Amino acid sequence: MSKTKTSGGDALIQSLHKEGVELVFGYPGGAALHIYDALFNQSEVEHILVRHEQGAVHAADGYARSTGKPGVALVTSGPGATNAITGLATAFMDSTPVVVISGQVKSELIGTDSFQETDMIGVSRPIVKHSFLVQKAEDIPEIVKKAFHIATTGRPGPVVIDVPKDLTDPNHTFEFNYPNEINMRSYKPAKVGDPKQIKEAVDLILEAKKPVIYSGGGVIQDNASAELTELAKLLQFPITNTLMGLGAFPGTDPQFLGMLGMHGTYEANMAMHNTDLIIAVGARFDDRITNDPKQFALGAKKIHIDVDPASLSKIINVDVPVVGSAKECLSALIVELNKQKIDTNKLEPWLKQIKEWRNEHGLNHSMLDVVPDNGKILPQQVIQSLYKETEGKAFITSDVGQHQMFAAQYYFFDKPRQWINSGGLGTMGFGLPSAMGVQFAFPKDTVACVTGEGSIQMCIQELSTCFQYGLPIKIINLNNAALGMVKQWQDMQYGGRHSASTYENSLPDFCALSESYGHVGIKVTKLDELESAMKECISLKDKLVFLDVDVDPDEHVYPMLEAGNAMDFMHLSKDKKTW
Amino acid sequence: MKRVIALLMENQPGALSRVVGLFSQRGYNIETLIVAPTSDPTLSRLTMTTNGDEKVVQQITKQLDKLIDVVTVSDLGESDFVERELMLVKFDKNSIASYEIEKFEGKVVFEDNEIINLQFVGEPDKLDKLVESLNTKEPLEIVRSGSSGISSNSKTLTI
Repeated sequence: MSKTKTSGGDALIQSLHKEGVELVFGYPGGAALHIYDALFNQSEVEHILVRHEQGAVHAADGYARSTGKPGVALVTSGPGATNAITGLATAFMDSTPVVVISGQVKSELIGTDSFQETDMIGVSRPIVKHSFLVQKAEDIPEIVKKAFHIATTGRPGPVVIDVPKDLTDPNHTFEFNYPNEINMRSYKPAKVGDPKQIKEAVDLILEAKKPVIYSGGGVIQDNASAELTELAKLLQFPITNTLMGLGAFPGTDPQFLGMLGMHGTYEANMAMHNTDLIIAVGARFDDRITNDPKQFALGAKKIHIDVDPASLSKIINVDVPVVGSAKECLSALIVELNKQKIDTNKLEPWLKQIKEWRNEHGLNHSMLDVVPDNGKILPQQVIQSLYKETEGKAFITSDVGQHQMFAAQYYFFDKPRQWINSGGLGTMGFGLPSAMGVQFAFPKDTVACVTGEGSIQMCIQELSTCFQYGLPIKIINLNNAALGMVKQWQDMQYGGRHSASTYENSLPDFCALSESYGHVGIKVTKLDELESAMKECISLKDKLVFLDVDVDPDEHVYPMLEAGNAMDFMHLSKDKKTW
Repeated sequence: MKRVIALLMENQPGALSRVVGLFSQRGYNIETLIVAPTSDPTLSRLTMTTNGDEKVVQQITKQLDKLIDVVTVSDLGESDFVERELMLVKFDKNSIASYEIEKFEGKVVFEDNEIINLQFVGEPDKLDKLVESLNTKEPLEIVRSGSSGISSNSKTLTI
């Protein structure tokens, strides 16, 4: 069979098609123009024009997180590349499979400080799983194959392919051969856990009287929610999820303790502090979880299942480290446990204790019935209204701050990949563009972006993209006219000195702004309007709706861990704490 | 505690910067670093010395191993190993006598009417002491290569 010859640009797009890529989020520019011309000549890979490269990478990231498939962004050199950096760092911290293709100046100009030149490989090095600077057009297919393999396997992460402009020149053609498989001697991610370690884990599990399962984003990344749920059900162990792990175990299940950590529930944090066995799966004991690592769960044995060996005993020393994919390791664990007699009765006192903690200081999930004295809307009420109106089935993306924590606490996520937020990097501006990625992947589903008036303004230009492509995203803006989380810390730790956390009446009319982009804006200022406005917002199926809700600016997120202490040191309200 | 770590990595542009970058990124110290292609030209061997307790060194080797370009990593201190360093020293011809060169076990690698270049090979600790003695002779310049290491049992660092 004779092969047609392709240019580097065509080879790049054909390679993406071979990888099953349907959508590329991007923004053109000089060094990427050959690639854009190659996109123009075909219909297999659709390009989505964003309004800022940060939006492109977040959109690709949102697509990846919601589908489990790699997300792709295409940017030009120089400012295009540097604008993509925040998106890359976001994907890196949350280990999501994103491939960013950046145009680069011509090979002969590299290193000469030429127009729109940036050392993308150097700038992105600490925040990518790997990167490639293409040196020969003929290498493009193999590099794309490697990039997708690296991005999606093991502990996933972002990969950059930097392509000098001359290598995509339509005048240079070659025979296109896409490799069927790739073998990299230096990259062999672990799959199955060591059977000896699995057996040791079983022994610890059978001994435990006060156990807790602590699972994170790794379970969702590895599509291991079913196995996690099976394990939890088999053992009847209480289970808590990290911010990144929400949805891996059904949020409405009574066995679920809610989120743990900085703004975790009282019962989750108390369980972690008092447990005698932690089974950590796809979570990494980061500082937002452990509080002071020296005082973390001192009475507990620890089993840690993670695909990244470097995550094991990095912060907390564990008794049984298991390196391998969450799915494989959990399956192996279940097989071994099924051979054993499991006595769930001995958990009774522990489960009773947890129930008491929950009754004592658990979150109030009937906030809609509360009528605050000051007549203001509480942010928690907005999340509960959203939950009610979407019947708990919407994809929820969020930005970063108080609204993010309220969404994590008050929306019950029953399915993995339903909750999409920037947990590791904490990137304000992530919410709207990531919602675009989700909406493209699931055009018929309700996708709501829970945000604040601070975060939304960091990528608000994407409202234009949403109009161009008819994305009916529901933007739920918890407008407290302040950078709420910053202000909360200033209230709690800086004597209420609100340094640079308010806007002095400079906020735009968000409804009018959205309308000018062709969308619908709905303003809510009174509690009794909230539910009907939310109903209207969600019911407008083919329109982007910006629901701008004025919420109580003085509300804080609780519980909140007291820094430098164990996990049982929590602020429970403005005037109540656990110590 | 001083540790010697050896690794094989893909001999390609950018690989070394990833290794070096990792150290600053994660707050580890590099005391010495030495790198050269192996007899298999697609691979480079790198030896570095660093300071840290068991836990830190474990993290360093794991993080190095995680780099896509790194093929294999070994903490040489896990078994017996031999460590050597090369040192070149330049003297004004008149400042050092040949019996002194002999005493220090130096080898003359260049000599003319004004200048003499000496070569020393040894364990880094010994070279440290030697430098102290040589300094009394006012050397013009001292260059040290950094440590290279090889395990002294049948175990080899190969792919």
